Amino acid sequence: MDLKVNDYTTDDGLTVINVEGEIDVYTAPKLREKLIDLVNKGKFHLLVDMEKVEFLDSTGLGVLVGGLKRVRAHDGSLELVCTQERILKIFRITGLTKVFGIHDSIEEAQEKRKSAK
Amino acid sequence: MATVEVSFSALPVHVRTARLIVTAVARRSGVAETLLDEVRLAVGEACSRAVEAHRRHCPDEPVRLELSGNGRRFEVVVDDSVPGDDAAGTATLGAAPTASPAERDERDFSESAADLGLAEDVAELGLAVIAGLADDVEIATTPKGVQIRMSWPIGT
Repeated sequence: MDLKVNDYTTDDGLTVINVEGEIDVYTAPKLREKLIDLVNKGKFHLLVDMEKVEFLDSTGLGVLVGGLKRVRAHDGSLELVCTQERILKIFRITGLTKVFGIHDSIEEAQEKRKSAK
Repeated sequence: MATVEVSFSALPVHVRTARLIVTAVARRSGVAETLLDEVRLAVGEACSRAVEAHRRHCPDEPVRLELSGNGRRFEVVVDDSVPGDDAAGTATLGAAPTASPAERDERDFSESAADLGLAEDVAELGLAVIAGLADDVEIATTPKGVQIRMSWPIGT
C-alpha cells in the first residue's frame, strides 16, 4: 500500500499530519518532503498521527528524527499519536520513545499542549 | 537446503516485494502468526541496508535472499555484494562521485539523531531494529560483502 499524507492546522496552531500506509525506504521521501514543506511554510508545531500506519522501518524513523530536528531549530515540536503495539515496539527498541512525545490520541496531545502553555 | 532463493534489483520499491515474499514463505513454513510482523520488519531492514549499499557501489548487482525452513527454524539470509562494506552501510570503498538527494538526507538523518543525543550510532539504527526483533542474528563481513543471517522458531 502506498503512503498517503494529509495535514490540517487546528485553531490552536497545531499542524496534524495524517499518515496512512507503509513508511519504508521507498515511501519515506514523501513524508520527508511533507515535513520539510510544512516547516518551510512556518508550521513548527507538528503532530504526526500514525494510527493508520501499517508498517514503519528505520528509514521512517530517520525521517521523523530529521523532522524533529528541523522544528526544534525553530523552537517547535514534533510529537506522535500512536497506540499500535507493533509500531511502538520499534520506537522502544531504538530508544526513540525518549526522544518523541507519544500520545494516545490527537485530543490528548492537544490537552497536554494546552496545559503546558 | 534453501527452499526459496530470491534475487532482486537494488531498488527501494523491491524491498516491499521482498517483505511480501518473506512473509508468505514464513507463514507457509509454519512461523507463528504473532512472529510474522517481526520477520517482515527485520528482513525489510536487512534488505533496505543491502539496497542502499548496492545503490552506492554496485547498482547493477542484485541483492540476494535465501529462505529456508528445516522444520524447527525458519532462516533468512540476506547478502549484499559490496566487498569491504561494513554492516552499518558505510562502505570503505570509494564513495559515489556525486551524492544523490537520498544520500544527502541520510547524512542529515545521522547528524540529526546525533544532535538529539541518541546513544547509538544512528547509521546502525536498522541493525538495532534487526537485533531487537530477530530471534537469532549473525552479521558477517566477508570479502564478498555483508551477510545477515536471521532465524525464528517454527511452530508455537
